[in-house]
Amino acid sequence: MSGDWERLTPLLWEAAGQTAYMVLIALLVGGFLGLALGLGLYLTRPGNLLQHRFVFAVLNLAVNIVRPIPFIIFLVALGPLTRAVIGSTIGIEAFTFAMCIMATFVFARLVEQNLVSIDPGVVEAARAMGASPLRIVRTVLVPEALAPLILGYTFLFVGVLDMSAIGGYLGAGGLGDFAIVYGYRQYDWAVTAVVVVIIVLIVQAVQWLGNGLARRALRR
Amino acid sequence: MPAATSGIIRFEGATKVFPGRGKGAEVRAVDDVTLDIREGEIFGVIGQSGAGKSTLVRLINALERTTGGDVVVDGVSLGSLSEARLRPVRAGIGMVFQQFNLLSSRTVSGNVAYPLEVAGWPRAKRDARVAELLDFVGLADKAGVYPSTLSGGQKQRVGIARALATNPRILLADEATSALDPETTRDVLDLLQRVNRELGITVVVITHEMDVVRSICHRVAVMDRGHVVEVGEAYQVFSAPGHDVTRRFVATALRDRPSPEVLARLRTRHAGHIVTVGVDEVAGSSAVLTRTLREHGVDGTVVFGGITEVAERPYGSLTVELVGDGAAVEAAVAALRAVTWVDDHGRADA
Repeated sequence: MSGDWERLTPLLWEAAGQTAYMVLIALLVGGFLGLALGLGLYLTRPGNLLQHRFVFAVLNLAVNIVRPIPFIIFLVALGPLTRAVIGSTIGIEAFTFAMCIMATFVFARLVEQNLVSIDPGVVEAARAMGASPLRIVRTVLVPEALAPLILGYTFLFVGVLDMSAIGGYLGAGGLGDFAIVYGYRQYDWAVTAVVVVIIVLIVQAVQWLGNGLARRALRR
Repeated sequence: MPAATSGIIRFEGATKVFPGRGKGAEVRAVDDVTLDIREGEIFGVIGQSGAGKSTLVRLINALERTTGGDVVVDGVSLGSLSEARLRPVRAGIGMVFQQFNLLSSRTVSGNVAYPLEVAGWPRAKRDARVAELLDFVGLADKAGVYPSTLSGGQKQRVGIARALATNPRILLADEATSALDPETTRDVLDLLQRVNRELGITVVVITHEMDVVRSICHRVAVMDRGHVVEVGEAYQVFSAPGHDVTRRFVATALRDRPSPEVLARLRTRHAGHIVTVGVDEVAGSSAVLTRTLREHGVDGTVVFGGITEVAERPYGSLTVELVGDGAAVEAAVAALRAVTWVDDHGRADA
């Protein structure tokens, strides 16, 4: 194996820390806002609890526009907003901000799709018992869809980890950046391979955890 | 029979029109229905699927809002109430569903506790009430299990316990037995009857099965294409159906075998040997009956019975008066016994 691991190991740890920072914040913020946006999509859909043709059309269009944009292009397109909020368009904060926004839209669609699969009958039963829409969200929609929501969140994790790989583009660092700078550009395939193995292991571990939690939530 | 006081539920020209989907025509699911449901009775609403009965029952707890006319429940006009004002009204009306609609994320007791949480009962009172309800429906031992492990009948009993939790005065049952097998159907109908008798709750039963009406309803309304075409005492509707739709439903609940009372009456009119002969695709048909009697030189007159269709095959029985030489009658009965079941009622003078 080539590569100067005595020099690279601390750098690798640093890169891993940067990835963890970006991924965790994007998961947290994107997960929370995505859940809210997804619920908004579901509830305002015609025929549902808070049906509202206009609001649904706007939310739906926004999600449909944002989600398919390749992340590297989205980063650039978001530049003005990133500058307004973060104060800069480069660095780990700017990059993480863009990740949070994209994660929100990605997760929103996942949440909506999982909620659609809930039997409308249980929602009707809750209405018949006098439950308010907010209570139905809290006590019916989220608990009933918990297992698929956990799996969707696990899927979001992989997506967010994927986004973080191009962090080097904005000088945000991270494992992807490390693989490019110390592996690809220096023709050191061993370094690239090590990073790939680490990422695969992380994804496997998270997927295993997600599957386990989802199974526990399913109870059938 | 329950005391017939004035209507606890009153439909006053109630109408529900659903807008057409896309360019489709609008649907008048419930069309100008005026109807009184009395306190303390079990009221049946029967109709084919699409007749509007599910929509009609949902007007009572305003899961669907009228687009014309009004529905008055316990003196409260629902048409004028806002969605938020309707919530307490709904909490006072229990509802059970064809597909049970239990929360799969909650245990049996969690499901029964749900309406109590909505109504803001404190924890301790809730627990006591849940235990009492599960006892009433005979599921005390299932408190901690999840609905997915229950049978259909058990799920429906949980549904009924949940619907009764907040001591409603009205219970709506929307095809509550349609997803159940006949035996379990019987159990659930018995339970609904107990709810009515022991707790004095007014029960509104929506069904497409005349058997359900036959076994528990005091009064019944027959619906067809959004209209109520006939209302009356269940017995009256059965014995003298006044509308084609009603006649079709009555035929579905046809009883083809004579009860002892019927038999006694038959005897007064028919002096010959009376037998009830089973008719079905496997064991025998009326053609077999006719041929067998002819072969033995016996005259047969059908005096009671009915042949209906079960799973697209003939099913039923015919009660026949046999007239002829004693030995020939015996031989004919023996021959019939070889192909189908025969209930030999003998002769009046024997």
